[in-house]
Amino acid sequence: MNGCIVAFCCEHSAYPAADLAGRLRLHYPESLRVIRVPCAGRVDVIHILKAFENGASAVLVLGCEDGACHHITGNTRAKERVKYCNMLLKEVEVDGRPVAMFNLSPNTPHKFVRAVNEITKIIKESGR
Amino acid sequence: MIIAERKPMEEIKQAMAPYKKVLVAGCGTCVTVCWVGGEKEVEILASQLRLARSAEGNEIVTLEATVERQCEKEMVTELKDKVAEVEAVLSLACGAGVQTMAELFEDKPIFPAVNTTFIGMPEKEGLWVEMCGACGDCFLDRTGGICPIVRCAKGLLNGPCGGTRKGGKCEIDPEKDCAWVLIYRRLEKQGRLDLMREYNPPKNFRAVKRPGRIQAVKI
Amino acid sequence: MTTPFREILKRKDFVVTAEAAPVKGSSVSKTVEHITLLKDKVDGLNVTDNQSSVMRYPSLGICLLIKEHGGEPVLQVTCRDRNRLAIQADLLFAYSRGINNVVCLTGDSVDVGDHKEAKQVFDLDSVQLIHLVHTLNSGKDMAGNELDGGVDFCIGTTATPSADPLEPQLIKVEKKLKAGVSFIQTQAVYEFDELKRFTEFVRNIDEKVKILAGIVPVISAKMAAYMNDNVPGIFIPQHLIDELAQAPKGTGIAKGIEIAARMIRQVKEEEVCDGVHIMFIGREERVPEILEAAGLL
Repeated sequence: MNGCIVAFCCEHSAYPAADLAGRLRLHYPESLRVIRVPCAGRVDVIHILKAFENGASAVLVLGCEDGACHHITGNTRAKERVKYCNMLLKEVEVDGRPVAMFNLSPNTPHKFVRAVNEITKIIKESGR
Repeated sequence: MIIAERKPMEEIKQAMAPYKKVLVAGCGTCVTVCWVGGEKEVEILASQLRLARSAEGNEIVTLEATVERQCEKEMVTELKDKVAEVEAVLSLACGAGVQTMAELFEDKPIFPAVNTTFIGMPEKEGLWVEMCGACGDCFLDRTGGICPIVRCAKGLLNGPCGGTRKGGKCEIDPEKDCAWVLIYRRLEKQGRLDLMREYNPPKNFRAVKRPGRIQAVKI
Repeated sequence: MTTPFREILKRKDFVVTAEAAPVKGSSVSKTVEHITLLKDKVDGLNVTDNQSSVMRYPSLGICLLIKEHGGEPVLQVTCRDRNRLAIQADLLFAYSRGINNVVCLTGDSVDVGDHKEAKQVFDLDSVQLIHLVHTLNSGKDMAGNELDGGVDFCIGTTATPSADPLEPQLIKVEKKLKAGVSFIQTQAVYEFDELKRFTEFVRNIDEKVKILAGIVPVISAKMAAYMNDNVPGIFIPQHLIDELAQAPKGTGIAKGIEIAARMIRQVKEEEVCDGVHIMFIGREERVPEILEAAGLL
């Protein structure tokens, strides 16, 4: 998993968007590892930390747009967890391991690629 | 229940610095409920430690375990094999739990990962407030069920101090209510204000002979 | 002022006390100057006990100085720093050295002072402290043991007439009165309606207790705002803040003295209560100006 970007993708939005991006042959970094989850709210703090322990260079949590979560508050809770996770990482001074949350719809493959590119940029800027 | 707060990461990291293999031990009772020392917090703290140490190029191996109550020897005994494997234990239990662990495993250094702060209750999700000072001489019947020993910043027994802020807030913190104003309102509502007019003599602060020790009758 | 304070309270129509705040350090020369200046102009000199939880020269020490210089000291005792053993011991010492007046108060929390990490005591509260002094006066200590040589303190206490809500505060005052006090020195008051209401309440319970209104001169609008925000139990009304704000630059102290004197006159003329307790902390040397402007010299 060394150096890869782990993207936890909600099966109602980000996962179909990723799928569509592939079918449209949109370009995104090959180090991306997509993990399908039933909801962004399923992603726990420990999943993110374990991804880093296993060598990930960044973690993306991708969920539905605000107000469109199939589990009502899964995406908002995911956002809180991402924030908390950043605090935990800062606490142990493990810098340059970005965790970010993005919201998107299933029919927005370009937005999916943009999210991946954005986190890639952050990794590059942090020099890892 | 007993409320605790996690120690600063820096302090924990420093305590763990000499060790290569440790047991991170949680407790399934009070500290689980106050989000500080349960199974979840154990795995997060262990992961944080591993990340921190691996970033320093000085890997640490962590075992993780959470027992139902770390303040009971029978339950802590379950950890015997794991403790035998490690150089030190990082306990997320309250002070009673840490000491039970230390007493059972006398040859191992036990480190507290949390600061035990008070006996309290959740006011709302994620917010705990102090309720009881374990004074051993309960007189809540005289104060409308509100304890001035811990809920008044000065533990006064006969009414508010002169420092009450406008609106009945505490002298030291405008976020906190003056316990004696709360007591007044409660007793007024109950039509029992006469209780507040009665003199409460100096408290017997030796009601519990420290260190406390109580032998219950077996039935 | 060689007459015992107890006698003054009985005899005099209008009692005036002032406050001598101890210094931070061992140099008491300035305090001695203040004592010499004020001892014959007021009926009693109060000495604060680690006021605002800021560590200073002890109240007992300054009281001894007052006694040595021929003044009438009033020892303030708070419950914050001493347990029942220490308080009783201090009181025995005080009485043996001619300090016969004691004001019993709770004391501010250590959180507002300069030693915020200290363990605060509050073994007793102010009502219990009043009872304690009575117990000592009866020749026994709190544990019921006979004293070899008793004490006879004149006991006072404090109150906050402007507390909000007032009722819980008044219940405490009632307890203090029932415990038995000869005088009450109030927290700084700026509104006479509050003071009158308070006096009336006290009179209904105890006709004989003397009430001395707390007078703290405010010398600028900024200071008033600061006090409102930071000093527990003090509420300065807007009209006084406005009056101070309108005073020309450099005349703040004079204005503060003028307002204080005006208030004292009013207390006296309207017989709102039995006297005043002036606290001009850090500017003790200017207390005579207030007394003069109020027609008390």
